[in-house]
Amino acid sequence: MSVPDTVHSLWTVAASSTTQTIPTPHIEYGQLSPMLAVFGAAALGILAEAFLPRRNRYWAQIGIAMAGLVGAFVAVVVLAAQGYAGTKAHLAAMGAVAVDGPSLFLQGTIVLIAVVSVLGFAERHLEPRSSTGAPVDAFAPQAATVPGSDAEKSAARSGFATTEVFPLTMFAVGGMLLFPAASDLLTMFVALEVFSLPLYLLCALARRRRLLSQEAAVKYFLLGAFSSAFFLFGLALIYGYAGTVSIGGIADVVSGTATPTPALANTTANDALLLIGLAMLGVGLLFKVGAVPFHAWTPDVYQGAPTPVTGFMASATKVAAFGATLRLLYAAFPGVTWDWRPVLWGVAILTMVVGAIIAVTQTDVKRLLAYSSIAHAGFILTGVIAMNKAGVSAVLFYLGAYSFVTLGAFAVVTLVRDAGGEATHLSRWAGLGRRSPLVAATFALFLLAFAGIPLTSGFAGKFAVFQAAASSGATPLVIVGVLSSAVAAFFYIRVIVLMFFSDPRPDGPTVAVPSAFTATAIALGVLVTLGLGILPQYFLHLADQASVFVR
Amino acid sequence: MNAYAPILVLGALAAAFAIGSVAMAALTGPKRYNRAKLDAYECGIEPTPQPVGGGRFPIKYYLTAMLFIVFDIEIVFLYPWAVSFDSLGIFGLVEMVLFIATVFVAYAYVWRRGGLEWD
Repeated sequence: MSVPDTVHSLWTVAASSTTQTIPTPHIEYGQLSPMLAVFGAAALGILAEAFLPRRNRYWAQIGIAMAGLVGAFVAVVVLAAQGYAGTKAHLAAMGAVAVDGPSLFLQGTIVLIAVVSVLGFAERHLEPRSSTGAPVDAFAPQAATVPGSDAEKSAARSGFATTEVFPLTMFAVGGMLLFPAASDLLTMFVALEVFSLPLYLLCALARRRRLLSQEAAVKYFLLGAFSSAFFLFGLALIYGYAGTVSIGGIADVVSGTATPTPALANTTANDALLLIGLAMLGVGLLFKVGAVPFHAWTPDVYQGAPTPVTGFMASATKVAAFGATLRLLYAAFPGVTWDWRPVLWGVAILTMVVGAIIAVTQTDVKRLLAYSSIAHAGFILTGVIAMNKAGVSAVLFYLGAYSFVTLGAFAVVTLVRDAGGEATHLSRWAGLGRRSPLVAATFALFLLAFAGIPLTSGFAGKFAVFQAAASSGATPLVIVGVLSSAVAAFFYIRVIVLMFFSDPRPDGPTVAVPSAFTATAIALGVLVTLGLGILPQYFLHLADQASVFVR
Repeated sequence: MNAYAPILVLGALAAAFAIGSVAMAALTGPKRYNRAKLDAYECGIEPTPQPVGGGRFPIKYYLTAMLFIVFDIEIVFLYPWAVSFDSLGIFGLVEMVLFIATVFVAYAYVWRRGGLEWD
């Protein structure tokens, strides 16, 4: 527009009519590349789902997902090699995302978990072929339909396919990569939602036992939404207290090193906002890790969700949620350690004891593993409570070790089948070791790793967290931990005894021969379990190097 | 206090308009009742009679409503950007194109999967 530079007697034209530029934010795309690769793969997967003919989608989706994950892993390794895990650690995207040791370590772990999970999702040899001869996987094309009904047939005709699980998984993985790296609470909340929503959907997609699966999804969704609301409300209260949502800013206000402003003078004098806000954030995070008393959803959801999804959820969600918990407690709230530590003591003791004791009474393999995962959340919490560098590295190591054992164990569960699908009732597993020694031995290895027997990754992980906790003076916690480990060992070993020392039932389940996908997934699980068990030093050292947060 | 006076006036106008419209409709509107007008209001489904166990009902309405929300939110982001388009420079343009592209991915998916067909 042209500006007349005339000066009227009553008014004058404003002198500066040139466009003002708003300072644009600076985004380091290179440092965000792990997440961008995964989200890119997710978007590409959606397009493939929309435009590719149905027969090509399966392989295309696997290819896209794997390409995205491998790209993300390469990006993580390159960033770590460039020193972002150590000296160059900093905040990217205007302070929203921390690129530091714990972020990169956890992102690498989550990407590897996702690779193994995608292998499990791609399995199409276990289910009998459909009436049209098409291979079938563990998922329902349209979860709301009755199996075999006309509605399902028409859904299949109109192009509903189960390959949507791959883009959904990619979105979940993307959110999980962002969650432990989020360096302000709002980004953290967005990441929480981004990875939770696809998980709710994936839970509902089981081909077999659909009502159980839908029940699981509804329970997970309702309780998950509830806990997200807690997290969000806590976030609001913390913002009210500190006047900022950035982790570093909050830490400064909490420890009193921030320059006092008149606006904050009233709120920072009042610890109630801080403590209630922190407690509510804690509820949101402890729900996601499945700690007692926020564990009630775990057994139902783990049992009802399709087993490959359960494995993914049990491992990757825990890694992401513990990563965020660590960052929150270690980077944002170290100033109130004496306030949150006693509470977490109680939560950790409850989690270990309740998880281990209730697991003893379980008769379903998936529920057993669910309660075992609750007990393991308690063990990991002892490492979190340590509040020192050893604690961070022990938790990082434990998460990596535990995830691959979990993935392997749930992958084995998908193999043991009868006419009704997976035979998850424990009594059906009796004598499995006589019929299929290899599968039973593999499962036994995973159970021993859960129990923490030496030469498995579980032992190295438990040793690391308990050592970290003991070094910080939490000896009673370690004693409770060791005792509940002993209780837990009882029911793991009971399953092994059941598999190897009882007679097989004549109508017992058969062990299906998987495709190369599940076989690779289980082999990777075994490899990591033994590798981290026999040579833990290298990985402990890696976790140790990656244990400093940036804020 | 003076700064808030326009807000109060606006609130009063809004309240007056709402109450006035309802009152006006009640006083002057023709009253020709039929069955549909007397039914309980429910989005997308027949409110009565309720089938046993909830029954099945089409989710087309909800799908349309959710699509509307997605595009509505997109517009919410587009407006402020359009207003200060020139002051955000090339960065704003790139980010907005990326944003629209991602929403378009979802749109393409919905279109190909028949989400835009009513029947």
